[in-house]
Amino acid sequence: MNISDSTFLREEHSFFAGVRDCLPTVLGYLSIGFAAGVVEKTAGLSIVEIGLISLLLYAGSGQFIAAAMIGANSPTLAIIFTIFFINLRHLLMSAAISPYFRHLSPFKNILIGSLLTDETFGVAMNEAASKKWLSEKWMYGLNISAYLNWFIANIAGAFFGEWISNPEKFGLDFALPGMFIGLLVLQMVSRRKLMKDVIVALCAVAIVVGVSLVASGSVGVIVATIIASTIGMAVEKWK
Amino acid sequence: MEVRWSIFLIILGSALVTFIPRVLPIAILSRVELPEWTMRWLNYVPIAVMAALVGQELLMPNGKLKPLQNNLELIAALPAFIIAIVTRSLLGTVVAGIISIMILRFVF
Repeated sequence: MNISDSTFLREEHSFFAGVRDCLPTVLGYLSIGFAAGVVEKTAGLSIVEIGLISLLLYAGSGQFIAAAMIGANSPTLAIIFTIFFINLRHLLMSAAISPYFRHLSPFKNILIGSLLTDETFGVAMNEAASKKWLSEKWMYGLNISAYLNWFIANIAGAFFGEWISNPEKFGLDFALPGMFIGLLVLQMVSRRKLMKDVIVALCAVAIVVGVSLVASGSVGVIVATIIASTIGMAVEKWK
Repeated sequence: MEVRWSIFLIILGSALVTFIPRVLPIAILSRVELPEWTMRWLNYVPIAVMAALVGQELLMPNGKLKPLQNNLELIAALPAFIIAIVTRSLLGTVVAGIISIMILRFVF
């Protein structure tokens, strides 16, 4: 291998390449994390508690629910149980990403899995579309950037929340759906099975709406993911 | 500037029940060779989970189905989808969505 080859490899799999690939999610994380900080502050959490929840729980939807339930004086076990259900979708994402980290030890896999989020999962699977495995350092770069960004956004929301009364006016609340749209489309165009992917996506949307109407939204996402993926698998087999 | 015990317990408990589903599959499944149909199934999980999240965000914000005739978010999603397909840029998609919804909310 000549020098230019090895520097290219180092560049593509490096920690800083992971940091760079995390940048597009920064805006989304900042606005959602900021909103979470505001809600947590309003629920009566102190700055230290907000710092702790963003670092330990590290999950947007879970933190919103936690803040709402703490504010409503819900029992501790009820809060923990609800958050367990809301975050259960990580089980499916963690399973889907696992084949790309076969080359790592269980400890390193735990390290990587513990910082798994919707967004880092999306970015990583996007990167994995053309690969057999993912670089450990690249993943740390992605994970740690997202983690720090989330922490900073939460704290900023807690400090400055009262000054920005109407973030919706600036469309910042659309950063989250915008990011999910981007991650979905980028996934689809990088795979070579557009028709099947479109079928799976439409099924997932229909199921999530149907199930969320009768059960909770988080159950909806889990049920939609399981059934739509099964449909994708069946269509592929049957053709 | 304090941490109350009751809050600390809630944070610790919810962190634990979030940590386990995050790490268990990646720690165990990366050890074993999975059967082909499982791999094929897992292959569709990213599409399914992202589509479900998009559907939920656009069609039922706040957990309730939003009437289509005043769903500005659904309209703003269109330029976001187009920019995503054309530019394949995540940041471009987010910015396109934010600008679209800002204009739509200003006009309507």
